[in-house]
Amino acid sequence: MAKKIKVLAIGELAGNQLSPGTRELLGGGRDLADSLGARVGIVLLSESAGKTGAEAIAYGADEVYQAEAAFLKNYQPEVYLQVLEKIVKKVGPEILLLAQTATGRDLAPRLACRLKTALAPDCVALAIDPDSGLLRMTRPVYGGRALAVLVCKTRPQMATVRFRALKSREPDPSRPGEIKPVTPELDQSKIKSKFIEKVVEEVKGVPLENARVVACGGRGMGGAEAYALLEELAQFWGGAVGATRPACDSGWVSSARQIGLTGKIVSPNLYLAVALSGSSQHMAGCGNSKMIVAINKDPEANIFSFANYGVVGDYRRILPPLIERLKQVRKGPKD
Amino acid sequence: MQVIVCLKQILDPEMPSGSFHLDPNRKRAVPPPGTPPVLSPFDENALEAALRLKDGQGAKVIAVSLGDKLARAVVKKPLSAGADELVLLEDPEWEDLDHFASARVLAAAIRKIGEFDLILTGRQAADWDAGLVGSALAEELGLGCVTLARKIEVVKDKVRVERVAPDGYEVVEALRPCVVTVDSELGELRQITMPGIFAAKKKPIQEWKPADLKLASPAPARCELVDLYLPKRETVCEIIGGESPEEAALKLADKLLEKCPA
Ligand SMILES: Cc1cc2nc3c(=O)[nH]c(=O)nc-3n(C[C@H](O)[C@H](O)[C@H](O)COP(=O)(O)OP(=O)(O)OC[C@H]3O[C@@H](n4cnc5c(N)ncnc54)[C@H](O)[C@@H]3O)c2cc1C
Ligand SMILES: Nc1ncnc2c1ncn2[C@@H]1O[C@H](COP(=O)(O)O)[C@@H](O)[C@H]1O
Repeated sequence: MAKKIKVLAIGELAGNQLSPGTRELLGGGRDLADSLGARVGIVLLSESAGKTGAEAIAYGADEVYQAEAAFLKNYQPEVYLQVLEKIVKKVGPEILLLAQTATGRDLAPRLACRLKTALAPDCVALAIDPDSGLLRMTRPVYGGRALAVLVCKTRPQMATVRFRALKSREPDPSRPGEIKPVTPELDQSKIKSKFIEKVVEEVKGVPLENARVVACGGRGMGGAEAYALLEELAQFWGGAVGATRPACDSGWVSSARQIGLTGKIVSPNLYLAVALSGSSQHMAGCGNSKMIVAINKDPEANIFSFANYGVVGDYRRILPPLIERLKQVRKGPKD
Repeated sequence: MQVIVCLKQILDPEMPSGSFHLDPNRKRAVPPPGTPPVLSPFDENALEAALRLKDGQGAKVIAVSLGDKLARAVVKKPLSAGADELVLLEDPEWEDLDHFASARVLAAAIRKIGEFDLILTGRQAADWDAGLVGSALAEELGLGCVTLARKIEVVKDKVRVERVAPDGYEVVEALRPCVVTVDSELGELRQITMPGIFAAKKKPIQEWKPADLKLASPAPARCELVDLYLPKRETVCEIIGGESPEEAALKLADKLLEKCPA
């Protein structure tokens, strides 16, 4: 008899590909399923799936439940909920995973209610308990000051997963797997909200999530103009500029640049933390950076307990000579 | 128009990290002595959204808080800020409820309030950072739900919401009544004024117990908290110094060039 689908992921598309978070769900879901000796399924809702079903298999799925319909074009919670509730109930997984994205965080709580189960949101680690076979879900709480481990008593055991918490596998185009088309049905009379439009606010420069180097400025920057220094600094590596919440709330920087618990999650090779104190809520968004370098005038600032290297001082006296020196080096070999 | 705002009393999320301690037996954070609890910051944003609707088109604003040992100075703040009524759901049975149980009690209280056009919550309570109760409330009451609002308008029979997206915002319309969860981008709660504090003294406060809501004992939590701990941090920071900031800057530049070349 074929092994059962015990782990089910709800995927998201980015254009005509799987989103990076979805690939991570498949990688992490694969590990969980392997330790349970079970199969991994994924649900993909879209207007047109293209080659994403095959892509999901290459990234680790055994079965793809693929629903295509014009009404699935834009994410609309009540539409997606209706379709997903039916599919998940039919598959009956032990474990249900979503990514903690704009869509996942909106969808998962209501889906959990409809499935009469619980939800561990924004998990940073998932593991099967070797004794009980249950899913141990680890999530930061109290603004990232503490970690909680939860075990769910109802089924499915449901989690949303923070970006970069799980590892995507190398795609293997020769993996076997099955695409199962699902015909989505919609009861329009139950729809109470409607998507009207999406307004994209252009942010110039490298997207934060992909930048290898991020220069982030906090409240201590003192105003919008000072961020030009961070631009110059980041430019040396082709990096991006981020900000803490107070800097965004003050309107110095677009809120699309906010890093932290309620902003973007980044994990660059180098994180330059300038004039920010290192609150737990901020570190939730950058604590996984490979190297953190802090510049802060307060030697007691919390950021120094996260940083690998630090300079105590006023950024206004440190950044200009630092940038100057980097520029010289850049010019050097070419002359 | 009647707007209900749900506000949770929590430990101050911005307390200094040295004050944060856990009680390993109860698996809870210990309230630090001398640091009073606060209303969860996003719930204050939700209250601000309600007060803007009141200013703009006239609305009665009812604040609701659920828990045990609610500090009056904290939970009455909405009245001082301009809310019209306060409903307190306070009972030992309601201490540390899980999110789904909280939603059930809040839903029962909202049914008892009866009339409403809009329910507002914070995007997440800044203690467990879950972001579940607003959505669960909508499901309990069979209502539409729009999350992460940065602007809310009521237009005829609909609520028009700008919701925060990673690269901008979305405009969504929901039939009222509905639930809307509010993001900090909406804006901070207005300043409390002396006249506001005086006016609050005359505003009605209802205190309801489980029997008032005709609720059975809360169902056991669907999730079990098996561990709660402080993350270990092993990083040791190497401070780069110098005779002057300029010298430190140059040394830092060399370190960066060595560790992270362009
Ligand atoms: C639920 C919740 C969610 C939150 N989400 C986020 C989030 O996603 N992202 C986020 O960033 N915050 C978030 N916060 C806010 C967070 O708690 C902190 O308030 C915030 O991160 C502090 O920002 P900051 O470090 O820029 O400011 P501050 O804490 O005020 O620190 C400023 C620092 O700059 C230093 N400084 C000042 N002047 C100079 C100078 N000239 N040169 C060098 N150093 C200088 C000071 O010594 C100080 O350390 C959240 C809070 C809550 C409650
Ligand atoms: N005990 C409570 N009393 C009042 N409102 C609450 C309570 N718990 C949660 N809420 C509301 O629900 C939102 C989301 O909470 P949570 O799901 O716990 O993150 C909060 O921002 C509050 O607006």
